[in-house]
Amino acid sequence: MTTTRSGGPRIGLFATCLVDLIRPSIGFAAAKLLEDAGCTVEVPPQTCCGQPAYNSGDRADAKAIARRTIEAFEPYDHVVAPSGSCSATMSKHYPELFAGDPAWEGRARAHAAKTHELVSFLVDVLSVTAVSAQWEGSATYHDSCSGLRELKVHAQPRNLLGGVAGLELREMAHPEVCCGFGGTFCVKYPDISNVMVGRKTDDIAATEADMVLAGDLGCLMNIAGKLKREGRRTEARHVAEVLAGMTDEPAIGEAER
Amino acid sequence: MVEITSPRFKANAREALADKDLQRALTKVPSGFIAKRAKAREKLPEFDALRDRARDIKNHTLAHLDLYLERFEAKVKENGGHVHWAADAAEAREIVLKICRDLDARTVTKGKTMISEEIGLNDYLEEQGIEPVETDLGEYIIQLRKEHPSHIIAPAIHVNRDQVEADFRRVHGHLPQDRDLTAPETLLGEARGILRDRFLKADVGITGANFLVAETGTSIIVTNEGNGDLTQTLPKAHVVLASIEKITPTLQDVSQNLRVLARSATGQDMSVYTTFSTGPRRADDPDGPGEYHVVLLDNGRSSMLGSEFEEMLRCIRCGACMNHCPVYHTVGGHAYGWVYPGPMGAVLTPSLIGVDKAGHLPNASTFCGRCEEVCPMRIPLPKMMRHWREREFERHLQPATQRWGIKGWAFFARRPALYRAASGIAMRLLGAMGRKRGRFASLPLAGGWTSHRDFPSPQGKTFQQQWAERKR
Ligand code: SF4
Repeated sequence: MTTTRSGGPRIGLFATCLVDLIRPSIGFAAAKLLEDAGCTVEVPPQTCCGQPAYNSGDRADAKAIARRTIEAFEPYDHVVAPSGSCSATMSKHYPELFAGDPAWEGRARAHAAKTHELVSFLVDVLSVTAVSAQWEGSATYHDSCSGLRELKVHAQPRNLLGGVAGLELREMAHPEVCCGFGGTFCVKYPDISNVMVGRKTDDIAATEADMVLAGDLGCLMNIAGKLKREGRRTEARHVAEVLAGMTDEPAIGEAER
Repeated sequence: MVEITSPRFKANAREALADKDLQRALTKVPSGFIAKRAKAREKLPEFDALRDRARDIKNHTLAHLDLYLERFEAKVKENGGHVHWAADAAEAREIVLKICRDLDARTVTKGKTMISEEIGLNDYLEEQGIEPVETDLGEYIIQLRKEHPSHIIAPAIHVNRDQVEADFRRVHGHLPQDRDLTAPETLLGEARGILRDRFLKADVGITGANFLVAETGTSIIVTNEGNGDLTQTLPKAHVVLASIEKITPTLQDVSQNLRVLARSATGQDMSVYTTFSTGPRRADDPDGPGEYHVVLLDNGRSSMLGSEFEEMLRCIRCGACMNHCPVYHTVGGHAYGWVYPGPMGAVLTPSLIGVDKAGHLPNASTFCGRCEEVCPMRIPLPKMMRHWREREFERHLQPATQRWGIKGWAFFARRPALYRAASGIAMRLLGAMGRKRGRFASLPLAGGWTSHRDFPSPQGKTFQQQWAERKR
């Protein structure tokens, strides 16, 4: 591992396209958490991990986008993303995408091996056990599918949230059930997606928590959008915002104060 | 023949979502199956290791499928039975008809078999003047209702108890009107009473097979009602309908795979009945059928061997994938539009009827991964659905808007500098429009999203713009 002057690992932060476009504050929260843990954080030019193309069956575009991403992040010790879904695309699917490609398979594997979802990276790799953040109120945590099933992100965010002063964690009955986002699924099959997200917001509402948290902005936009449409008051935020103590920005879908 | 409505999956789904009875019935799926499987898994610490073994056994079998099929055929013949090879549904139907005709059969009883659905056997037999009688309670109910199974192990899961009661009162008109049918057992008892008579009258009994054992020429069914036993022992002939991938090398392998089957399906350690049939009645047997026939159906499966869909042939039809599927939970099995619903259907159906007809199925998944997580045979269902999407993309089978949406997005995503310039302008604009309210109730080109939920407003400048400014 190459180290920087500060001694910590050099991180290429992969913000994810949604965070880049819709909610940059999550990117800054991720950077703060990583810097607080002793890392040097850089943000090389980036677009998207290629998952929308990959999951739509468009392998050629997925590969072209993946090659760009791999190249851009080659200089770093680790690639860290505030998203289970994008991390899983890079760490689980890039090698499959380039299997049998002599020029790129090795590079894809190297990229995959050093890619991590933000919260599990903090806990599992950097051994962070507590954060110095505060949030008054109750929160419930939604396990987004890729993070949970492909990357085994489950206990890590709960453990760190347990250390946030003032925050009371309340579990949903089914935190592990898909919210119905599914990338392009939610616009290809809007009626089905709507029922799924409706079940999710019912489950959230039943906890009577003030806020719902998750590790993926896609799911959060879906959930927040539904909560707002239903006129519910539950806030939605990325878990990194709370862990970094950066909750000044209005919550997702919330009006400016 | 089961009518194929997979091309109208979206309309099917909309109807399913609007059907209050169906929605009421579907609540049984997650509440009934998920916790039971989880408990069964918890009680058996080696469960996940058994899944690995089950996968390995089946992989080995598929690698030598021709060999094991031939061994099975030889063994069945040795035991005095007959093996019939059916390349497609039409051949399978004709084979069954010929067996029935040779015995002058008027009535056939049937245990639960999805292959019968796949080949459309009931309608065909009726057309030929032979009456098929379903003896599994769930199958009996849907036969009364002139429906098809909506689940591979719980065919009538889409029907509520009160609907069954009404059907029984309607069809069993000769029974006293004031009888009590409120408990599920009373429904089973009544069906049994009606069926007892039919069992005795049947000339041919047709069952499926959960396993075919190459080593011994045995077919095996697992049931919870015992109806299969009467179906296959009482009539003159027992006909087993099975697809070729049901082959398992040895009894040892079967006993291993049985340990994951019922646990994954219903959470039972074992199903109540596990019945082994090896050939027709022998001279010293107290009972049994005079003839024993196995119809081995290919119907497109051999072309899956060696393809990226080969792993689907490991499926043992436990139903766990659909029991855990949030899409199945919302629309039920009929929406999928053919015999096999849920995640396994999303992979298998395009293989069997063509992706041009079944193209929606592998797309109607969020890739949440719960199916793969619970599949006892460790079939990578999402990965294979993605392979179908790739085939569709190559063949331009997806809607043009979808294809060009992805292509348009990819055009920018492949060009970081252009992407940053374009997204920078777009997000500033959107942010300026939406930030005050925090969200959009409608957005051009995003109706699929905003018809059901608000679209959270971008904050304004992109992360990359802000990061660059901060670093300057
Ligand atoms: S795909 Fe797996 S989980 Fe689904 S029915 Fe087949 S064996 Fe069971």
